[in-house]
Amino acid sequence: MLPFRVPLKDWITAGVNYLETEFAVFFDGFSAFVYFMVDNLKNGMLFLHPLILILIIVAITWYMAGWKNSIIAFLGLLLSENIGLWEAFVETLALVLTAEILVVIVGLPLGIWAARSDRFNAVIRPILDFMQTMPAFVYLIPAVMFFGLGLVPGVVATFVFALPPLIRLTNLGIRQVPKELVEAADAFGATSMQKLMKVQIPVAKVTILAGLNQSIMLGLSMVVIAAMIGAGGLGADVLRGIQRLQVGQGFEAGLVVVILAIILDRITAGFGARKSLNSQQ
Amino acid sequence: MEDKIVVKNLSKVFGKDPGKALKALKEGKSKADILRDQKQMIGVNDVSFSVKKNEIFVLMGLSGSGKSTLQRLINRLHEPSEGDIYIDGTDITKLNQKELREFRRKHFCGMVFQNFAVLPHRTVLENVEFGLELQGVDKDKRRKKSREIIKIVGLEGNEGSYPAELSGGMLQRVGLARGLAIDADIMLMDEAFSALDPLIRTQMQNELLELQERMQKTIIFVTHDLDEAFRLGNRIAIMNDGKIVQIGTAEEIISRPANDYVKAFVEDMDRSAVLTAGAIMQPVAERAFTGDGPRTILRKVRKNGLSGILLTDTKMVLKGYIRAEELAEYIKMHQDKEDIPFDSSLVHEPAQVYEDTQISEVINMYTDHKFGPFAVTDRDNKLKGVIVKGAIIAALSESYVPNNHDEQ
Repeated sequence: MLPFRVPLKDWITAGVNYLETEFAVFFDGFSAFVYFMVDNLKNGMLFLHPLILILIIVAITWYMAGWKNSIIAFLGLLLSENIGLWEAFVETLALVLTAEILVVIVGLPLGIWAARSDRFNAVIRPILDFMQTMPAFVYLIPAVMFFGLGLVPGVVATFVFALPPLIRLTNLGIRQVPKELVEAADAFGATSMQKLMKVQIPVAKVTILAGLNQSIMLGLSMVVIAAMIGAGGLGADVLRGIQRLQVGQGFEAGLVVVILAIILDRITAGFGARKSLNSQQ
Repeated sequence: MEDKIVVKNLSKVFGKDPGKALKALKEGKSKADILRDQKQMIGVNDVSFSVKKNEIFVLMGLSGSGKSTLQRLINRLHEPSEGDIYIDGTDITKLNQKELREFRRKHFCGMVFQNFAVLPHRTVLENVEFGLELQGVDKDKRRKKSREIIKIVGLEGNEGSYPAELSGGMLQRVGLARGLAIDADIMLMDEAFSALDPLIRTQMQNELLELQERMQKTIIFVTHDLDEAFRLGNRIAIMNDGKIVQIGTAEEIISRPANDYVKAFVEDMDRSAVLTAGAIMQPVAERAFTGDGPRTILRKVRKNGLSGILLTDTKMVLKGYIRAEELAEYIKMHQDKEDIPFDSSLVHEPAQVYEDTQISEVINMYTDHKFGPFAVTDRDNKLKGVIVKGAIIAALSESYVPNNHDEQ
């Protein structure tokens, strides 16, 4: 229709190139940090005998979500080890945990900021909408551009994909804190920080944890996709199964992803439920 | 007595350009005009008053009258648009944020809210020490102080409970205690008892008055309930449309209402259930049921040290009054029998009043020479409570009774 083509792709390429060269130090540093985290988490967990790690995870599940869930966790983990996917399981767990740590480090402050500033909320809201409506595959492109192939872009893509729910629900949770509670804190002469730490975050805790739970679930759903750029772990096994039409192998790996999802879901959901016991009014 | 709080020409506009709204007000535009023309809301309109040290000052008005806004201006939860507020001589409208925070900590016992506003994730004790914690008082000291206050407000034994486990009345005690724990002297209470059911509410009002005797705070109490205002307030400011229409003691307001608005309020109160049988009745300690044998009834009477007992059926419908001495005599006459039949001649017509009967009418019934206490029932004759005759005198001396009952 138009006599020319909008050079969108040239702009983006130029932009990315610019960032790559100008912020090389940052990307390299970040890359090293992520690699360090995942590697240490993974090696630390693999250092333990599988049974010991299984018992630790089961104990955490028991404490957070009750004995019924802990039995499911125990059986699921035993199965994962038995079918030879233990290392992949641990690798995926390390990847998701690293991504979630980044999500919390970035998402919590942004969520708090969004709750406190209507202006910032207005800015970040469309960005979050954009992030959530974008197909997950699209995140792989910038991740690969900045970090190449491998583990680090996998973590980055997972991080970006899992970030919005925590920001959204932190924002929502803090905004839903009853006005009087905040007024009460103000009337007693609370500082901004005291208000946040002693009133807003504790009262919004259940909602924030629901956000974390959602974020972890999204992160896990990214695992298989991230394997396409070489993130490894269970996703790689699923992918291999698909590529070689090995239905059984692919299904096994997929099942272990589900087991991991169930365990992480129960633990984080349980955490929210435990704390909410005191806050139903 | 010295003035604790002095408010001078205070106004509050909610909107983008308060100056414009204030200018329009001075030109004689009404609140409604400004809302329509400028989309700005006048919360408080040029209010001046002073609150004396250690008095309970009630801000009274209907919803939207600006009473809560005015209260929140006094500790600057709302920023005043114009005017000055002097507390102990300091103009708090001139303080910066940091000074304001310090000032609130030093002079205000926080605030007590209608819906309690206690922190759901904290125990009673942790809630009470909240204010002290914000001030950085060390743990042992604030615990000690909080336990003291918890005892005073009658929450002893509940220190470890969470708010979800407490009733409304108890939650408001937590709210009160949280304020009283602070070593400051101005207490702001916003519809503090409005969410409580009537009996608990009266009880809390009495307790507040008792506490005030002991603690001697300067209290600004917001309410929409004239009865509550008159019970609690040393002085009452009646607000309408963001302005104070009259300030005075209950006596002054009743006898000399400043304008028709106040007059309508006060008249409305006279007709309402300010002092009805239902308001001063006590729960029924013990009653006899139709079908109870004479010996059973006598035991109930003796056990409670009564001179007689009200008779109801199992559905609580009032049937009559039985006098202890007659009953005892009757049993004596038949004491050789194992099973004494109940004789309907023992049942007297009770002195019955309805819950909404005016006290003045109850007093008139003194002359009716019926036996026993007044049985208070609803319109279906179901027993709700009793008024022991002496209690009326007590109720009259305790509360203010408007004196123009003649026309009713």
